[in-house]
Amino acid sequence: MTRNPTTPAGRRSRVRLADALGVGAAGLRARRMRSTLSAFGIAISISALVAVLGIADSSKADLLAQLGAEGNLLTVAAGQTFDGSPTPLPATAESMIRQIPPVLMATAVGTVPGATVRRSAAVPALDTGGISVLAAEPSLPSGLGITMLHGHFLDAIGDRYPETVLGFAAARNLGIDVLTPSTQVYLDGMYVAVVGIMAPAAVAPELDTAALVSFPVADTLLHLDGRATRIYVRVDPDNVAAVAAVLPFTASPAQPEAVEVRRPSDILVARIAAKTAFVGLFLALGAIGLLVGGVGIANIMVISVLERRGEIGLRRALGARARHIAVQFFIESALLSTAGGLLGVGLGVLATAIVARVTGTPATMPVEVPVGGFAAAMAVGALAGLYPAIRAARLAPADALRTP
Amino acid sequence: MSIAVELHDVTKTYPAPNAVTALERATLALRTGETVAITGPSGSGKSTMLNLLGTLERPTSGEVRLAGVRASSLSDGELSGLRAWHIGFVFQQFFLLDHLSVLDNVAHGLLYRGLGARDRRSAAAAALTRVGLAQRLTHRPQELSGGERQRVAIARALVGHPTLLLADEPTGNLDSTTGADIVALLAGLGDDRTTIVVITHDAGVAAAMDRHIHLRDGRIVGDDLKAA
Repeated sequence: MTRNPTTPAGRRSRVRLADALGVGAAGLRARRMRSTLSAFGIAISISALVAVLGIADSSKADLLAQLGAEGNLLTVAAGQTFDGSPTPLPATAESMIRQIPPVLMATAVGTVPGATVRRSAAVPALDTGGISVLAAEPSLPSGLGITMLHGHFLDAIGDRYPETVLGFAAARNLGIDVLTPSTQVYLDGMYVAVVGIMAPAAVAPELDTAALVSFPVADTLLHLDGRATRIYVRVDPDNVAAVAAVLPFTASPAQPEAVEVRRPSDILVARIAAKTAFVGLFLALGAIGLLVGGVGIANIMVISVLERRGEIGLRRALGARARHIAVQFFIESALLSTAGGLLGVGLGVLATAIVARVTGTPATMPVEVPVGGFAAAMAVGALAGLYPAIRAARLAPADALRTP
Repeated sequence: MSIAVELHDVTKTYPAPNAVTALERATLALRTGETVAITGPSGSGKSTMLNLLGTLERPTSGEVRLAGVRASSLSDGELSGLRAWHIGFVFQQFFLLDHLSVLDNVAHGLLYRGLGARDRRSAAAAALTRVGLAQRLTHRPQELSGGERQRVAIARALVGHPTLLLADEPTGNLDSTTGADIVALLAGLGDDRTTIVVITHDAGVAAAMDRHIHLRDGRIVGDDLKAA
């Protein structure tokens, strides 16, 4: 086909970008409620995605911070007897471990076999609440970084008089949440004053369910004989593996194979892995929500095209090219998803900040999360707008104008 | 006077399932500045002729020439350019955008020429003044009477000073008094640059125009020039 040479040069149909955006925005304003609800559908999905990632990251940051603080902590124990109670370590174990140069600190606990803790003598002896009695050294809280929720840890007085400090779960099981000078528990046949309650110990859960007494008291009143069953060791972070390798021989030269050396921070690593698995699940749910939001936009835009056949015909009559019509509907869809994306990112960040504040974890939000969330909203809007835009552009002008 | 638009042996047949020849071998030349009424019973091919003159549809055979351009050989984009720069439409249903002011509705008539908003609004204000609606610039279409709405639509068609103004039953939705006002307005708009074509059932409208073309069963059966 030959082109007509008399086509008026420079008299092409064209529309400015600012006008195209203005026409798209005006089209949405004309259907305010419908547009708002469509954008809100996207916003909910994006906010869920951003919040899941943000909250998971904040929680992970908290665990990673603990991991960083606890990564150089090792525990040394001597296995268990047949009845499940811990075997004592050799009496020289703690002093020998302190001799290893990269060891920064060592503090021991000793399990008092068979000792129980109850609220009072009236509680049946078998109703122990799973609380064990441990002898502890005064350096335990500073060595493990455990804070006190109430009262204070065992001090010089605790070396001479029977008093106890309760782990977080032990105190809860005994129904003690406030300390007074008269707060006592019935510990292995005698009433002992409770002088402190510890905060949860993430890397030493065995302390949460224990009642701690001093070694001198455990020796004189509970017949422990000063034998430690577990030693917590802080090591120069660069030499953790090397120290772990020599600890069995140092702690028990006669029976190194009976010594268990553990790195409690492995618990935190497992928790991080578990959280990551849940994040994947929630992300999948959020992605489905986003897909539904996108289908919602596509649906609204298709209906819009059907309802606005007359307008499409008018615009074609005014000189709009098919591509101008497609761009108009595409812009409307993109504006909807932009608004939804911005609102969703805002709500997601807000939710993350609120949850972090409530749970006391540091609020962190990797920049990829809001950027990615917004990009996802834009991508969904673009995909959702594509089909309606093409459909609108394909309408023949005369057919569109025959709208009843 | 030069020729503004012409049909040469134009036939338009719609495909199945409603296969029908709406216009058959129509040949017609409309002069610049002429006011023309196209009449005929329903189904006679009036709207098809208007769509062909306005390049909203392509002929099955034959040729449409507008402003010296052979429209049948142009692409969709080029035809759109032709409509943006040379043709103005007035419809029976007005097709005004309710979410825009009267001024912006008329300014929309220049949107696809790529003009800036200020230039468009300035031309729109002048066009509204020409149709007697200078006091209604900021109103919304739904605040106007039917006659006023059609005046807005006429202003929108006129705002770009088109070569050809096509009006499809412009009085069809109006009462007789208002319709007469619109006819008078359209007849009075004729100048030496714009050809005005009105499709109508109304004999009064036809009488107000310079030329009267009558269609029946897709054929031109009458073409009368009013005596000067």
